[in-house]
Amino acid sequence: MIGAGMTLFRRRLQETGKELCYEAARMALDSAGLTLADVDAVVSGSAPDAFDGVHMKGEYLLDGAGGYRKPYVRVFTGGGTGVFSTIAGWWHVASGLADVVLVVNEEKMSSCQPHAQSVFAHIWDPILDRPLQPNLVWIFAMEMNRYMTVHGVKKEDIALVAVKNKRNAVDHPCAQLADPKITVEDVLKSEVMAWPVQRLDISPPSDGASAVVLASDEVIRKRRIKDRAWISGVGWCIDSTMWTDRDLYFPQYVARAAKMAYKMAKIGDPRREIDFAEPYDPFDYKELHHLEGLLLAKKGEAPKLTREGVTQRDGDLPACPSGGLMGVGNPIAATMGQKIGELFWQLTGQAGKRQIPHEVRTGVSNGWGDLMQYGSVVVMRA
Amino acid sequence: MTARISKWPGKELHADDLYQAKVTQVRFRPDAKYAWSAGEAMSRFLEELQQGRLVARTCRRCKRVLFPPRMFCEECFRPTDGWTYIRDTGTIETFSVSYLDRDARRIAQPILVGVVSLDGASPMMGMMHYFAEMTPDQIRIGMRVKAVWRPPAERRGSVLDIAYFRPLREGEA
Repeated sequence: MIGAGMTLFRRRLQETGKELCYEAARMALDSAGLTLADVDAVVSGSAPDAFDGVHMKGEYLLDGAGGYRKPYVRVFTGGGTGVFSTIAGWWHVASGLADVVLVVNEEKMSSCQPHAQSVFAHIWDPILDRPLQPNLVWIFAMEMNRYMTVHGVKKEDIALVAVKNKRNAVDHPCAQLADPKITVEDVLKSEVMAWPVQRLDISPPSDGASAVVLASDEVIRKRRIKDRAWISGVGWCIDSTMWTDRDLYFPQYVARAAKMAYKMAKIGDPRREIDFAEPYDPFDYKELHHLEGLLLAKKGEAPKLTREGVTQRDGDLPACPSGGLMGVGNPIAATMGQKIGELFWQLTGQAGKRQIPHEVRTGVSNGWGDLMQYGSVVVMRA
Repeated sequence: MTARISKWPGKELHADDLYQAKVTQVRFRPDAKYAWSAGEAMSRFLEELQQGRLVARTCRRCKRVLFPPRMFCEECFRPTDGWTYIRDTGTIETFSVSYLDRDARRIAQPILVGVVSLDGASPMMGMMHYFAEMTPDQIRIGMRVKAVWRPPAERRGSVLDIAYFRPLREGEA
């Protein structure tokens, strides 16, 4: 990986999705010192078409993503797209098909009126779920409740994640929801949306775009590119859509994806060999759930690590040093910016105020989505 | 780059900019309609619901009783073998107390909703449904519940033929 870029993340942005793609792609290319002419192939990542209200969203975003007259593909793996599109970019290069690949992710959730939640209604099974008029927050509340109940986790411990990430986000120039003064009390006193999920447990809808540039060893050598980090492992896995038949307390599919990525990266003991993580955190409990799914904590142990400060930016296993989705915002696929982008910036020492104070050489990130069933994992090294 | 870049693209808008049309915008309201053929497994499932019964499919190879019913076993990847009735009692595996409706509008009376695993199906196999005749303080994971069916004349062949699940009373099997 030789470049990354992202736009501001905001509840509403004036730019169209296409314009946001252009801005992010341009930044990523500039940071890599390349032009569009150097790019062999383009991967576009974006979540459900219904947000933008344009089916064939890949084609709609094409020009902004720099993909016209090139091998171009849009990938979609729900909320996992933010990390998965990098995997798709990686296989273009790893297979030898392309030397330079531009990956551009976009999400514009503000166009859907009055709230993006209304189109989430269309993701449900039409026979089993839809007649009950579900709200997407329901199933995450159910997953959170199951996780809390099985392990006896307190809401106070989960709120610590929201506090950490929103404070970390203060140092992120694109952040939508940074708050230097937020406390556990604030989270616990915030409006109950779908218990146990309260308003400050959840990341908001956002607009934004992000991009990264991937290149082969040869390109990096020939051009003497110094700011680069290496993708050393990738994995992805999906569980059954029949979510009412699964025990939601542990994300088995994330663990499978992580094992696939660790095997490729030759990581035998992730807790010791991984220096920092960007777990997917659209809800505060998800960071805990994913630290366990990524095998960086034992089942039920992530709240303890959080309480002891292990996952703080200056801790032994920093988690979401970017500020995560909880602090920077959640334009679904565009969260590549604070997940994959953050791995790149941390590993190349370019994270500015967010830089982890001790040396970090190996990082992992995961994306998560669909009906609590999809996991994508990327391991990167300095 | 984050350390070196000083300008981050994006122009923020506020809700009023859109709702009071302070920015140039274009509007569209889709009007798509669907009719889903319910398929083999779900057609029988819905017909049985209308009769006040829950039906599952069995797989001889993995010995599971699959609910919701399906014509193939995703584990063994072979056809399932037969129909079997399961009970309308079960256990709350997880739940939420929701103050949001489908469109994320706030509601005063919370909806109790969750996953109930059903007696007679394989462990953890169940469905999402509403809970009632209990308060938000009373509902808990592990609670035993029973379906409350709508009167036969009101049933339409839908998961809503069950109005909700209520606490199982003492002495009820």
